Amino acid sequence: MDRTRAILRKAAWSVFTILFVIILNFFLFRVLPGDPARAGIRDPRLNKDAIEALRVRFGLDKPVINCFETLNPVKLGDCAINPMETQFFIYVRNLLQGEMGFSYHTNRPVVDILGERLWNTILLIGVGQILSIIFGVAIGVFAAWKARTSLDYGAVAASLVAWSLPTFWLAILLLFWGSTIGLPVAGKATPGMSSYPLLQQWGDIARHMLLPTLTYTIVYMGEYTLIMRSSLLDVLSEDYILTARAKGLNSFQILRDHALKNAMLPLVTVIAINLGFTVAGVIQIESVFSWPGLGNAIYEAVVRRDFPVLQGAFLLIAVTVILANLFADLTYTYLDPRVRVE
Amino acid sequence: MTNARKFLEVKDLKTQFNTPEGTVYAVNGVSFDLKEGETLAVVGESGCGKSVTMMSIMRLIQIPPGKIVGGEVVFRDTDLLQLSEEAMEQIRGREIAMIFQDPMTSLNPVLTVGKQITETLRTHTPMTQEQCRARAGALLELVGIPDPIKRLDDYPHQFSGGMRQRVMIAMSLACTPSLLIADEPTTALDVTIQAQIIELVKELKKNVGMAMIWITHDLGIVAGLADRVIVMYAGYVVEEAIVDDLYENTLHPYTLALLQALPRADRRRDQSLKSIKGSPPNLLVEPRGCPFAPRCEFVREKCIAENPALVNVETNHKVACWVDVKTGALR
Repeated sequence: MDRTRAILRKAAWSVFTILFVIILNFFLFRVLPGDPARAGIRDPRLNKDAIEALRVRFGLDKPVINCFETLNPVKLGDCAINPMETQFFIYVRNLLQGEMGFSYHTNRPVVDILGERLWNTILLIGVGQILSIIFGVAIGVFAAWKARTSLDYGAVAASLVAWSLPTFWLAILLLFWGSTIGLPVAGKATPGMSSYPLLQQWGDIARHMLLPTLTYTIVYMGEYTLIMRSSLLDVLSEDYILTARAKGLNSFQILRDHALKNAMLPLVTVIAINLGFTVAGVIQIESVFSWPGLGNAIYEAVVRRDFPVLQGAFLLIAVTVILANLFADLTYTYLDPRVRVE
Repeated sequence: MTNARKFLEVKDLKTQFNTPEGTVYAVNGVSFDLKEGETLAVVGESGCGKSVTMMSIMRLIQIPPGKIVGGEVVFRDTDLLQLSEEAMEQIRGREIAMIFQDPMTSLNPVLTVGKQITETLRTHTPMTQEQCRARAGALLELVGIPDPIKRLDDYPHQFSGGMRQRVMIAMSLACTPSLLIADEPTTALDVTIQAQIIELVKELKKNVGMAMIWITHDLGIVAGLADRVIVMYAGYVVEEAIVDDLYENTLHPYTLALLQALPRADRRRDQSLKSIKGSPPNLLVEPRGCPFAPRCEFVREKCIAENPALVNVETNHKVACWVDVKTGALR
């Protein structure tokens, strides 16, 4: 009963945070300078009428919100107008209907663009996360088990290096290395593969995924190894581990039944939060390997000042981070009985 | 007791720790023995080597930095120090059980109490899950926890400190061990709970018929609990006696000082408690002479030069001191 209430309260907070992000996200992009019309002014072929037509096309002719015509520069306007005729409420209404406007650049619905990009990113970080968790936890446990031996110091040093490597730099190195051994270094599939049987198509995608996934795995594996190792060492020095030893349990039983579950607690939080942040964090990997994911979409949108896409991507990332946090909270509740009742 | 033979015999046990500051001489040749069903109290101030001695017996010393450098721990004709780790695991929890000082940290916070009790049974007995659970419930009932079967599914944080120590005791009794080592089990509890736990343990000991080693720094609780007492100082046993003998016929200056530092109902109230001068010994230097000499009222030249051995001076009363504290003469 208490548990259900705690979960509901956390979920309610998440919804509240998302609402706040929606509002912030809107005004953030209205405070920033530049709209397609201004970007277009540099093109001498565009006349005033065409610019005005563009502004109408994207709804930029309407006041931002009651009392404010524009926010950059700040221009006060009429407060008595119908709120439904302002950009903010149109934005909210569209969002509720699952629309995020149109790309300034390609004119396609933002939802469609993000939708197809998101799946590619999920594929990349999904596989990457699973691999880095498996290897990170395994190496971390091994290092803690062999604590203060040369194997442990080797694992720690390697993890520190992996964790501190600039992601884009590692990606570029791997890209060079991959090209020398004939691995595909760009995109998600070889052009023309769609006419091949499904299994071969998947094999092709897997080959394309190899390098970006490897980059991702190396970077996050280092972090997970270090967290797992120090967390497990902390747990192994706890009094209850001594109790377990005094009960006659062997090392394996102690590790499995007493140490791992406790040691995983800090890692769960980091993993869940990472899940959210890495949607944004893969920008570097995706742009180096031209992986058609969300990160690459963000990079392209910034270069082209494609604000609707950027705005949509920001919202998507914010929501992912919030949901990942909620997920971390709920997992924690499950793993640690002490936080079950607040 | 007819079968009161020695079943634990510790001979010349030495344990050291290698630290960055140097070698810590924690236990320096401790010998004592224990008969079946007997209760032995081990008394001494913090850092005197009581716990390290017991941890060495259980082979629970972290190696490194610790190392058992010498001696024998003969338990039922087997030297525990010679056993393999696997064989030792069979002894721990089944033959010799241990309870610790702080019940707040000695139980795993993320496992139910039931799981932590049944785990010992699952490891050492062929019992099924259901049998283990029933036994665990019976154990909780034995240590006086109300509604025992229901409480099996609770986590440690749902118990108070005293109740957690009861759970620890229940856990240690799971396989009816023949020896229970209690490492200051009441130190972290408040006085009323302390008394309850001592009563409980005395009662259980009588029913189960196990031997017990009770470590404490509180001479006040020893009298009603133990058959025999050993007093430790700086990793040495300095006095060993039948419990009444220790109080009435104290032979070592350190024991004497400990007793004078104890509040007593039969002492005049305006008389203040005596504290022991000086500070506890530095265990980083290899001991030479009597370790208590720098703080001793009776100190002689011989004490600084030579460390006295623990010898039988009266029937069942051993002491390691050059001076006869009653006459002030050298032995």
